Amino acid sequence: MNRWLLWTARYSLAIALCVMFVAPVAFLLLTSLMTDSQALTASYWPHQWRFANYADVFSKTPLPRYLLNTVIYAVAATGFMLLSSVPAAYALAKLRWRGQNAYLVVIVCMMMIPPQVTTVPLYLMWANVGLTGTLVPLVLPMLLGDAFSIFLLRQFLLTIPGEYLDAARVDGCGEWRTLLRVVLPMARPGIAAAALFQFFYAWNDYYGPLLYTSENEHNWTLSLGLASFKTLHHVQWNLVSAATILTMVPVVVLFFFAQRAFVQGVTLTGVKG
Amino acid sequence: MPHKLRHALTVASFMAPATVGIVVFFLYPLGSAVYFSFTKFDLLSTPEWVGLRNYRHLFDDPFLTRAATNTLWLCVIMVPARMLGGLATAMLLTGLRRGSGIVRTIFYLPALAPPVAATLAFVYLLKPGVGPVNTALAQVGIDGPLWFNSPDWSKPSLVLLCLWAVGDVMVLYLAALLDVPQAQLEAARIDGANAWQRFRAVTLPNIAPVVTFTAVIGVITTLQYFAQAAVAASAASGQATTGAGISSTFGYPEGSTFTYPLWLYVVGFRYGALGYANAMAVVLFLVAFAVSLLLLRRSLKVT
Repeated sequence: MNRWLLWTARYSLAIALCVMFVAPVAFLLLTSLMTDSQALTASYWPHQWRFANYADVFSKTPLPRYLLNTVIYAVAATGFMLLSSVPAAYALAKLRWRGQNAYLVVIVCMMMIPPQVTTVPLYLMWANVGLTGTLVPLVLPMLLGDAFSIFLLRQFLLTIPGEYLDAARVDGCGEWRTLLRVVLPMARPGIAAAALFQFFYAWNDYYGPLLYTSENEHNWTLSLGLASFKTLHHVQWNLVSAATILTMVPVVVLFFFAQRAFVQGVTLTGVKG
Repeated sequence: MPHKLRHALTVASFMAPATVGIVVFFLYPLGSAVYFSFTKFDLLSTPEWVGLRNYRHLFDDPFLTRAATNTLWLCVIMVPARMLGGLATAMLLTGLRRGSGIVRTIFYLPALAPPVAATLAFVYLLKPGVGPVNTALAQVGIDGPLWFNSPDWSKPSLVLLCLWAVGDVMVLYLAALLDVPQAQLEAARIDGANAWQRFRAVTLPNIAPVVTFTAVIGVITTLQYFAQAAVAASAASGQATTGAGISSTFGYPEGSTFTYPLWLYVVGFRYGALGYANAMAVVLFLVAFAVSLLLLRRSLKVT
């Protein structure tokens, strides 16, 4: 009896919480399908299902432009990050050299320092070379390593047994060949996790695009565009809701495709951090 | 080529890009920020040495006091709220036999929602008057608060928003809870310990590293809390602002959502007081560094 009561209590609580977690998106979804006038009222349920709102968002607002910029930012940043950070993580995890630990401490420090600390000098640097107003300041540095990704990848590479690497070295592979031929295939889950984190970071980033692209609407991302969207279309909550839903969709889809790699990555940074 | 030199060159070939990155995009700007913090300049003028004047100004800037107080409030309320929320949802999940997979996904997904999108959703949800939450409250006879439009309720509304996105913290606690040795829990049960005693004596010591980790990371991310506070203020204020113009609504209502990094942005990029902005940045650096030392000490022992 007692056990059954506990079971019921747990499941009731879980279901209640699920409803609360889903509710914000559910209301947004319903509102995104209302007519202009109904979206201003207190009703929950659309009288008329207006799917055309989604078409309107694409044809009557600069959303496609924002979407394209966001994809460029996220894809380029992720690709560049992998090119520069995987080798660094390999050297930190699998090679022995002097200053290795000190290097790691610097990496961890960089992860911990809020981006606002270096904002002004960095902005002045990019302004000097005339690249403010573009996404270049957000993408190009990724070619030169990203502290969080290096750390995450290192944590994953540590879990690969050294025997595989030794075997490759005995066979005469240099370190680069060992990384490309032996380690990369084994590190795929770790690389997927790092890539996903970077992609989501860029996709969700608001501070970076605000800082560097706000002067040039042509280069706005979804986050920046969406923050202004509300005021441009301020009474049309239905369109704002549709645009908000559209910003969330890619993240959710990507998550379902790569759920396991993602959750593994989260725990890797935390437990061993 | 001598073996040692070859090894050094190999390491250098792996580390070179990241090292250039660290110097150009971290150490150099960090050094510049410290130097600039002793100067006075804007985007058009060259830095002029003013000694400690910027740092003295920190103490008689009422907006900074307001912003720092708000950020402290968020660190004291929001961080523990997220930790407790994450731990509670994780414990609920470990207690479910069937269906825990789908429940976990539902709890986790909001953490991935883009902050700007999530904030707009909550401003809509908590709209005074005809918003869904206040409409529902009215139906049971409760006169709902003004949420993001009230100086007293705006920060609690931000806490609700971050509790919705508690999934990232939850996953960390979930992994830690699953690692708690079942044998210890069983032994405590046999010794007659009740649920609370088992939690205090067995579970908590086992998950202590994750508690520290989530506390430190929570404070670090709260020190840079920007997007949600900026967008909530702008959307709730109802003023027409686009792009960088959003900074004119920062803090709405009545400065109650003005956080430290928001004020830093306004000082630097709206008022162009770059020397003073760098002094604020240096203080932020020192605070973040002191907090992260708590964590660094531990990971140094590990490596």
